[in-house]
Amino acid sequence: MKKKKILLVSHGQFRKEFLEKIIKDVQLNFNVPVHHVVDRTDMSPFFDASRRQYDANKLLKSLDSVSTAANIKTIGLYRVDLFIPILTFIFGQAIFKGKTGVVSTYRLRNEQYGMIGNEDLIYERFRKVVFHELGHSYGLIHCHIPVCVMRSSTYVEDIDQKKHLFCPKCKEELDNLMAK
Amino acid sequence: MKTNISLLIVDDEESVRDSLYNWFMEDGYEVSCAADAKEALTKIEKQKFDIILADIKMPGMDGMEMHRRIRALNSEAIVIIMTAFASVDTAVQALRDGAFDYVTKPFDPDDLSHLIRNAANQISLKSENEALKNKVVSLENIENIVGNSEVMMKVLKEVENVSSSDSSVIITGESGTGKELIARAIHSNSLRKFFPLVTVHCGALSEGLLESELFGHEKGAFTGAMFTRKGRFEMADGGTIFLDEIATISMKMQVELLRVLESKTFVRVGGNKEIKSDFRLICATNRDLKKMVDEGSFREDLYYRLNVVNIKAPSLRDRKEDIPALVDHFIKKYCTSMSRDLLHIDKSALARLKEYDFPGNVRELENMVERAIVVGNGTEIRLKDLPLDKDSITDSNDSLQDVEKKYVLQTLNKYNWNISRTAKALKVDRVTLYNKIRKYKLKNPGE
Repeated sequence: MKKKKILLVSHGQFRKEFLEKIIKDVQLNFNVPVHHVVDRTDMSPFFDASRRQYDANKLLKSLDSVSTAANIKTIGLYRVDLFIPILTFIFGQAIFKGKTGVVSTYRLRNEQYGMIGNEDLIYERFRKVVFHELGHSYGLIHCHIPVCVMRSSTYVEDIDQKKHLFCPKCKEELDNLMAK
Repeated sequence: MKTNISLLIVDDEESVRDSLYNWFMEDGYEVSCAADAKEALTKIEKQKFDIILADIKMPGMDGMEMHRRIRALNSEAIVIIMTAFASVDTAVQALRDGAFDYVTKPFDPDDLSHLIRNAANQISLKSENEALKNKVVSLENIENIVGNSEVMMKVLKEVENVSSSDSSVIITGESGTGKELIARAIHSNSLRKFFPLVTVHCGALSEGLLESELFGHEKGAFTGAMFTRKGRFEMADGGTIFLDEIATISMKMQVELLRVLESKTFVRVGGNKEIKSDFRLICATNRDLKKMVDEGSFREDLYYRLNVVNIKAPSLRDRKEDIPALVDHFIKKYCTSMSRDLLHIDKSALARLKEYDFPGNVRELENMVERAIVVGNGTEIRLKDLPLDKDSITDSNDSLQDVEKKYVLQTLNKYNWNISRTAKALKVDRVTLYNKIRKYKLKNPGE
């Protein structure tokens, strides 16, 4: 039987090396084949003019409709400012125990907080958010271990505090969930 | 971070419900959703929720009205009101109605996390508080008074009866019979149990000190009164004051005490402000107060004021059948505090304890058991571990026959009823010893 894959769907101008790195890292950490496609759909239906942000819930629904049975998880990668109705902003969001997730670099950029840009730091943060959302999509909940990637983060500083790895307990749980 | 906290989200907007559902599921909460107040109230009737997040504007019934109905169904639930249209009036109204907090959509992610964490902390504090209260009750429960003898059961029944009232109680009994334990049991079974039980050992304080101790003093009331200090009556407000050794207080203090008991008000030493205190009085004494009244050393009016209910703590002599249970209780208590394995008591040692008169009552037995655990071999309490070699025989008024009977039995127990060794120790032959056993109808406890 062909092994199911994780599909990364990027939208917008991502650097080639940036995408190559995230594909490689997801594959390495989740031990699942990773495919990548570029999405060029019109983003205007997802834009909320009153908030000047993009609705992550709508994006998740649209990703769900493009996801196929061959993809075990589909994660949308964006460069725009995402929100969900109850929160002012989000770094990423996934359907808990679902198939889809979204992550954006927008709020991960140092420039957003009046600091000097740092491409390496953006990638570090981005990788952690992607792993975190994939963890939720497999059914992992927030972890209290400060360095675990499943630790809840509401500010970029929180993301910087943790590592991109799962703590032993979350790793074991993830392996069990992935084996199901 | 899996939690046992259950959450109910009530909002007419599906996207809000879904977002919150997902957010809280990721945090490990048990989450349910309702699209309107009617559905929410049906769910609340069926299931107990710890936290309810409710939108203020919903078709049919608004969040404020729903909040009032939730209070009637589940007064313990923490309700957080959400709204997209912030107004000070509605916020104030929500908080006045007992809502835990009021938040405006959309929330900052950090605010939402903090809000729920605070609510969860409040829930855990509440349950911790409840657990501690239960622990306090169990620590000083009637069940902690050891003994199943008839006299003790009668005392426990009296404690139970008197606990529910506010009447003054006087506990009489010899020293070491557990008068303070009875006072604690009365307090911990009364409606005042969550307020303090303040104990004063009247016999340990001089008249001046006792006055300041009971009524408190103002700064500068006497030399050394550097600060204003609350008295024990003031500290016992809402609870119980236990005056031990009441018979030792002076005539002047008796007058003052009578006045306080009648008015429940007093003035601090050196002060002029009248202080009110709602306390229940329990006294204890090992003296015969009635006799003291007759002799004129205790005021009759105070005696009748105190003696509303009289509980007599029985001496250990009058409830010897409780000795095995008491011994077990003290073994458990001291072995636990000394981190030792639980010991058992040798049959002959227990028989000897049952025979002893215990002038110091339960306190003496407790000390004996503690000593035996300390000096013993660590596996059992033996007769030789008990300080009963020098016995009451020497100071008793027993007849020669009684003394002989006790001495023979004591020696037999000491040698575990080994006839040859006992006869040798008593310097009699075995036949004589058998005759004595028959004559005094002595029985080997091990048989």
